Amino acid sequence: MISLTRTKSNGKFDLTRLLTGIGIVLILLVWLIPTVGLLVTSFRPVALINTTGWWTALDVNNGPESAQHPDPNASYVEKLGTRFTINNYVDALTGYRGTKSYLEDCKSGTKPLGMSCSIKDLLNPRGMGRAFLNSVAVTIPSTILPIAIALFAAYALSWMKFKGRYAVFAILVGLQVVPIQMTLVPVLRMFAGMGLNGTFPAVWLFHTGFGLPYAIYLLRNTMSALPKDLFESAYLDGADHWTIFKTIILPLTTPAIASLAIYQFLWVWNDLLVSLIFLGGSKPVMTYQISNMVTSLGAGWHLLTAAAFLSMLLPMIVFFALQRYFVRGMMAGAVKG
Amino acid sequence: MAKPTVAPVMRQKPLVPWLYLLPAIIIMTVFILYPMINTVGLSFKNADGSASAEVTCREGQPCWGAFENYRYALTNELNTSSPKAFWESFWISSYGNMIKWLLGMVSGTVIIGLVFAVWVDGIKSEALAKSIIFMPMAISFVGAGVIWKFVYNYGTSQVQTGILNAIISAFGGEPVAFLSKVPLNTFMLIIVGIWMWTGFCMTLLSAAIKSIPEEVIEASRIDGATDFEVFAKIQVPIIMPTIIVVITTMVINVLKLFDIVYVMTGGNFGTNVLATRMYTEMYTNSQYGRGTAIAVILILFIVPFIVMNIRRFMKEEAMR
Repeated sequence: MISLTRTKSNGKFDLTRLLTGIGIVLILLVWLIPTVGLLVTSFRPVALINTTGWWTALDVNNGPESAQHPDPNASYVEKLGTRFTINNYVDALTGYRGTKSYLEDCKSGTKPLGMSCSIKDLLNPRGMGRAFLNSVAVTIPSTILPIAIALFAAYALSWMKFKGRYAVFAILVGLQVVPIQMTLVPVLRMFAGMGLNGTFPAVWLFHTGFGLPYAIYLLRNTMSALPKDLFESAYLDGADHWTIFKTIILPLTTPAIASLAIYQFLWVWNDLLVSLIFLGGSKPVMTYQISNMVTSLGAGWHLLTAAAFLSMLLPMIVFFALQRYFVRGMMAGAVKG
Repeated sequence: MAKPTVAPVMRQKPLVPWLYLLPAIIIMTVFILYPMINTVGLSFKNADGSASAEVTCREGQPCWGAFENYRYALTNELNTSSPKAFWESFWISSYGNMIKWLLGMVSGTVIIGLVFAVWVDGIKSEALAKSIIFMPMAISFVGAGVIWKFVYNYGTSQVQTGILNAIISAFGGEPVAFLSKVPLNTFMLIIVGIWMWTGFCMTLLSAAIKSIPEEVIEASRIDGATDFEVFAKIQVPIIMPTIIVVITTMVINVLKLFDIVYVMTGGNFGTNVLATRMYTEMYTNSQYGRGTAIAVILILFIVPFIVMNIRRFMKEEAMR
């Protein structure tokens, strides 16, 4: 339960405070209800989704004849049980597009079109199962590559003195806000020439390029804030740059690397435009698959809500488990100003 | 050993720094710098980049020569038959929509973020309340698009399964087709943007509010300032620099915005923005010249912010 009491409150009743409380609750409701609606809907049978609002999900007697419990005298809990289903998730994962549901079809022995009723169906190119794997395949290298490359660059920019260092960094700061739209056409043509369109390396490279300016910027700010004495003594002990980089810099920048990794991971995971253009339907990622389901008429709300929730699952886990790092990674660029 | 005049760690062979920088520089040159220059070049060419844009001009039609793609990008959506038609077409063009998005989303996120940050400051469930507002940041625009498309759902039959239309019906109103009704639809899309990005603004602004020394607030309260006066005359002016950073970040985000519009309306029903138009030109129509011209117009809007960013950086460096 959300408590709105102020820790510093003097305990007196206060109208402003009451109104503020109402305001907070209203805003929180507006922020929560849409997501709750999606979650509830994704567990309801198709017939009910299309005929009753999700907020009536606990009413066990509404909806069409076909959705009613066969025994009118069944208990509330029994009736409620038939009003929720995991079919939407199974259908979304396998990419089932038939008129019933994947599980029903398989149980009755009629194999759905192009499927085998085995674990292999999770790899159906139309399904979210396959898309999940594709998203993983896109995201992991697209997170590791830019950070690895940025670590070296950031080290040079923070602890080496050389001509042009200032200019390089100033350019980086500028590049951070270049919209990806500005580079799409030439890169698409370049990839077409190299036969890279529709392959994972195309997206990895593109995300690396666009992740770098922010990654270098964030890491450089972290590294240059480390105390100088650390390096001086190591240097006087005869350590070279490579040793300092390995033994001092990397361990000390781990929290920043974590923040950056989470930020970049979620950014790539949630991206639509880059996957849409460089991968498209050949290796559909989750966001692509969903946007396709929205724009094509084939998929109903039952599939769409389940698919959307599947795509949100990992980000949500990351967010709630590692919220502090995520917020830091997001804010680092702006906070500096 | 002679005492070094520079901090010893900053000494190395002249090539070493560039070795550390090399991979980053190569990748950024190939994927950002070179394509940017190339994009500018392509914007003066025809559809497939094989000839000057001038060849696409038609007899008897207005023509801007090599700037033909820019003429298309700037004027194609506009109806110049009468001043009234002009304004009507402008208002639902990608430029008109950009103004709506900028005004609506930037002010919406910053104001709600600021007010919420102040409201929850110091309450017991502050962390929980804030993570609820921040949560949409973690999900994709696509996911948010689906969530809100369902909220706005317009049932053609008697039953409204979208919660917004159900509420309207419950109060005896007529259900609204939120996503196809011009110009209401763009505002409905902006609400989705606000829902997603308020958490970002709120977190930054909240951190700034917390950095105001307690004594400053206390002193003004002792002087008899009301909550609102403290907010308007003390807190807001002190955190103005942060507010400005937040506003500029949001302006850049709005200018680049693509996913929400693409997923929810596909840019139809007068909801196009520059990014979705560019996508249509380059991908659906294979008009690379026109697509890149739109991209160049987009970056022209962003250039001032690039300059601002670099200036801010130089100031920071000077203070280091």
